[in-house]
Amino acid sequence: MSEIVAKVKQKQIEQLITNDKRLDDRGLTDYREMQIEPGLIEKAEGSALVKLGKTEVLVGIKVEVGEPFPDTPEEGVLTVNAELLPLASPSFEPGPPDENSIELARVVDRSIRESKAIAVEELVLEAGKKVIVVFIDVYVLNHDGNLIDASVTAGLAALLNAKIPNYVVEEGEVKKKTGYKQLPIKNYPIAVTFAKINGKLVVDPLLEEEQVMDARLTMTFDKDGNICAIQKGGGSGSFTSQQISEAAKLGQQISTERRKLVVKE
Amino acid sequence: MPKAQEKQKLIDKEGKRIDGRQLDELRPVKLEVGVLSSADGSAYIEWGKNKILAAVFGPREAHPKHLSLPDRALLQCRYHMAPFSVEERKSPAPSRREVELSKVIRQALEPAVFLEYYPRSSIDLFIEVLQADGGTRCASLTVAALALADAGIPMKDLVVACAAGKAEGKLILDLSDSEDKLGEADVPVALMSTPQEAITLLQMDGTLSVEEFEQVVSMALNGCRQIYKLQKEALKAKYVPLKEETEG
Amino acid sequence: MPVFFEKREIVTPGDLIAEGDYLAGENTYRDGEKLFATRVGLVDLIDKTVMIVALRAFYAPRVGDTIIGKVVELTIAGWLVDIKAPQPAMLRASDVFERSFKPQRDDLPTVFDIGDMVITKVIAYDRTRDPQLTVREPGLGKITRGQIMEITPTKIPRVIGKKGSMISMIKDNTGCHIVLGQNGIILVSGKSPENEQLAMMAIRKIDEESHISGLTDRVTQMFKKIKGSEKSAEGTRETETN
Repeated sequence: MSEIVAKVKQKQIEQLITNDKRLDDRGLTDYREMQIEPGLIEKAEGSALVKLGKTEVLVGIKVEVGEPFPDTPEEGVLTVNAELLPLASPSFEPGPPDENSIELARVVDRSIRESKAIAVEELVLEAGKKVIVVFIDVYVLNHDGNLIDASVTAGLAALLNAKIPNYVVEEGEVKKKTGYKQLPIKNYPIAVTFAKINGKLVVDPLLEEEQVMDARLTMTFDKDGNICAIQKGGGSGSFTSQQISEAAKLGQQISTERRKLVVKE
Repeated sequence: MPKAQEKQKLIDKEGKRIDGRQLDELRPVKLEVGVLSSADGSAYIEWGKNKILAAVFGPREAHPKHLSLPDRALLQCRYHMAPFSVEERKSPAPSRREVELSKVIRQALEPAVFLEYYPRSSIDLFIEVLQADGGTRCASLTVAALALADAGIPMKDLVVACAAGKAEGKLILDLSDSEDKLGEADVPVALMSTPQEAITLLQMDGTLSVEEFEQVVSMALNGCRQIYKLQKEALKAKYVPLKEETEG
Repeated sequence: MPVFFEKREIVTPGDLIAEGDYLAGENTYRDGEKLFATRVGLVDLIDKTVMIVALRAFYAPRVGDTIIGKVVELTIAGWLVDIKAPQPAMLRASDVFERSFKPQRDDLPTVFDIGDMVITKVIAYDRTRDPQLTVREPGLGKITRGQIMEITPTKIPRVIGKKGSMISMIKDNTGCHIVLGQNGIILVSGKSPENEQLAMMAIRKIDEESHISGLTDRVTQMFKKIKGSEKSAEGTRETETN
């Protein structure tokens, strides 16, 4: 059940964009106001609630001891799951993850994995046998557009917040020593999402903008400004190669600024 | 090795519990109404370490249509726990416990809602437990009632819930997670106060004598009455009058 | 015969508001001699009727209401319209086309298509069937320009004001054409987006502050302030060019 956009609203959005304006008076390359609340869920090893405008995403980090994948015996395991909660929008239905929640989970996963944000080689307890498994659960609480950027930010903030038990291997058994340590976070991926409306690229789209856009392009940048994940989605429209280059250059600049809000130097 | 020495003491010699509470003391409760913009009604509760969100959509067309009733609205309820809400990560797929709780919560709220006003429609209630620490069904019911009121759903009364039980031989109010796991009994109770007091949810885990049971229910109802006042305050808090404007 | 609340005090569901020979008005229910609130709102007593003006409520259709809805589906019978009520509403094809004309499904979009906003009227509604709509009267039909906003339906009377005083004030100050749907959906259409925004700001203020007395004054002040600052900006520009 997708939400149908009123034609007058679509016209209004397109007219505003032609004049470089938006529904909420933002510039085409401005983000909405963002708040990050780390550590909301004390029982989780790490957590962060991100409010981007009215979009709200909560990420929880749980950690367990498990077996590594057979082809990577000297690496910890990272797994990302996303839920588009029915709370978050009248068009989200309860049930197993649909294509949208799976897409969201996989884009967040690639952003974190490809940037090597977590030093997975430091999560090995006994090579080939016992490693630390990191579960990242993305919980979308309220949908007002741009779930990807909010989720990647919340994921990064939650990882930075996370404290895991001091696991040691004694006589072939994994034990917890007293105290906690931070997860080994080495990189800080930031996603920047563009919506294409009336031929223009608009950053951090509102829900209403997403409902009228031709297509959406997300690029995730690591701390050195390299692109570590890309996803074109959100519609059956297309981009010219010029628009893609424009997005890459603009995205890199924007991500550097956005990163400062999440990672305090 | 004596068993008593290994078991964690829940209640000390002075009658104080692990978290410092008296036997008949509630954990701190915080309520907020109207917290999510996409839902028709919403509310958030922090009850001890429990953190729970509730949202309501409707009355709206029933999905799937064949479930709709000709003479009243359908109340559909989903109680669900986040994977990170508990010590050991829980799979996001609904467990049998979540299915049971969805049902008892729904049946505790139905007597209070004027379902007959809205035939052929559905009122959809979603409860998400973000962090759990014992007594989640009572906290869920309490916050769900506020979400329904926030959505403008007409009700006879706000339903409120609280649990009481027994641990280490003593009758206690509002069991925390460890008291629930290690104690002798846990009895959650939901109360609707008007037009007359009516109990709309009642369950028990554990064993009690009949006399103990009556005392425990009485304790739980007292807890309910205290929380009921907080519910009313939370609904009114949204409408705090403006401060005087300094300039015309 | 006791009433247990001051007029315009905020009550919550389950609050006992009166006992005795009173009539149960909107958003109350009776149990024997007692009257209770069913919604969050402001209590009021008119003659012998106790009622609650709900602060949070959704639209319940009434025959004769003028409302604004969105076309969401095309069916054999006509257009399904979302009017923000518990059931979807139906605008029959026969309401628009001549009775002898048998419209093929393809002809419907030429009149109203999915996504069109329409000003319409409820002509039938009861417990056994969904609301039926019409667009036959003057002033009804498709919306082609302007902005749409949504407020709590119970606040519409406040936007109108005593004898239309509030809505006239808004129209005079902004030059906008405003259509108030009883379902809380409002069309604001003006000469410029700025005028439309100004009217919408005033309406939003009414929606958020209707429970606090002195609303009319505050809205008047708001217009004065904004118009005043516009005037002084113009004044400055004029002196600069001199």
